[in-house]
Amino acid sequence: MTADIATVLWKEWKEILLFRSRAGRLGNALSMIMLLAVFGIYLPLQSGPEWVTSPLMLAAWAWVPYLLIVGVIADSFAGERERHTLESLLATRLPDRAILIGKIVAAMSYGWGVAVASLVLSLITINIAYGSGGLLIFPTPTLLAILGLSLLISTLASSLGVLISLRASSLQQAQQRLSMSSLILFVLPIFTLQVLPETIVTSLARAAAGADLTTIYAAVGIVLLVLDSALIFAATARFQRARMILD
Amino acid sequence: MEADAIRQRSGALLEHTGLYERLTAEDNLEFHGRIYRMPAAERKSRIQDLLTGIELWDRRREPVGKWSRGMKQKLAVARALLPRPELIFLDEPTAGLDPIAAAALREDLVSLASKDGVTLFLTTHNLSEAEKICTLVGVIRRGALLAVGSPAELRSRRQGRQVEIVGRGASDSLLVELRSLPGVRAVDDQDGRLRIDLETGAEIAPLVSRVVAAGMQVEEVHRGAESLEEAFLAMVREAGEEGQA
Repeated sequence: MTADIATVLWKEWKEILLFRSRAGRLGNALSMIMLLAVFGIYLPLQSGPEWVTSPLMLAAWAWVPYLLIVGVIADSFAGERERHTLESLLATRLPDRAILIGKIVAAMSYGWGVAVASLVLSLITINIAYGSGGLLIFPTPTLLAILGLSLLISTLASSLGVLISLRASSLQQAQQRLSMSSLILFVLPIFTLQVLPETIVTSLARAAAGADLTTIYAAVGIVLLVLDSALIFAATARFQRARMILD
Repeated sequence: MEADAIRQRSGALLEHTGLYERLTAEDNLEFHGRIYRMPAAERKSRIQDLLTGIELWDRRREPVGKWSRGMKQKLAVARALLPRPELIFLDEPTAGLDPIAAAALREDLVSLASKDGVTLFLTTHNLSEAEKICTLVGVIRRGALLAVGSPAELRSRRQGRQVEIVGRGASDSLLVELRSLPGVRAVDDQDGRLRIDLETGAEIAPLVSRVVAAGMQVEEVHRGAESLEEAFLAMVREAGEEGQA
């Protein structure tokens, strides 16, 4: 199974890194360079040493992989179906799980890999610009949270994208649904806070203010882990070879 | 589990080539070789052999999307053959190709398959193609298997039941006379060629005598050597008649 997943990964990475983007090969490279430049150089220079001390910077590392992954993941099944490569892929000996997991892991590792590369680049930038002899680095809980939460968010974007792509009849439909789902995902918490009774919002704010950062990171991590598991389970249930061929 | 075992031992070239057009020809084959867990060295030499065999080795690093349909079909055939499967399913492999590309693909298909000793299972509406490629043909009509045999066997089932007389001066009265003879099922005059369908056991010599006696200048007489297509049409017609009876 591992060898089969690696085979799917090999192909997916080739397609993602070299070509798969709405803007084509050049567009893909440019968007990656832009992200590295913004999150690895521009923002750290603007923030100064606060870049490694403010927990708010965590939000930036959630966006990097998510933005990258939603740009490529809709293609995973809907694109293959549209280009008539899916039937041939399903006619091979590759097990269902290897195809599904290979596609999820390929997109996830692409988004997370670029996020980690941006993170490393930002640390180099901040140390060159503001280091003045000492090493500027994130506190260990923040660093672990950045790495862990960005990995979980990458998994969320990949599994959500694969599930939507599996169900879509065309690439365009998959992209539209993914954009809509992303909007809901990010707007829903804000909307929920607005419609909740004020007493609940106040008590939630008090609880958040009273909790230490590690607890908040852990809580967010658990929520993401549950969401990821549910989405992967749903995608596994949806991915049935015979049904895919007849669709 | 059975489906997995079948997929493990067979290859397929479906209606569409299924090639990744953004990848190069070499990458397409490399991916397929990895799927079938071919060792790296074997994969490399096999890819070289196959691409050389279909004269695409020099273009191995080009993205497939820029290629003609004929080249893509050839590459798809090479991909199906790559892991040396025992059986390959081909769904109308030459559909949409111009006659030259179709002939070249057929030639490659036969030569590559015979070199590897692989069985080809060809689904096609093109019966002359089936006649050229296949050693065993099954005729299917509306889901029912009408006949199975070699192309020669299928053709010979109707041999002797048709005669063609080529010449000049076939009058309308001769055609009427021939149609009324016992053992004659149908007579068709096509520009000096009389095609006569006979019932089994009907003799040809008395027919020819009648034709000569009626004043037709006969140049050639031969038993109908039907093509597979004609044999197929006759089988379908007969099946239809039996169905109606």
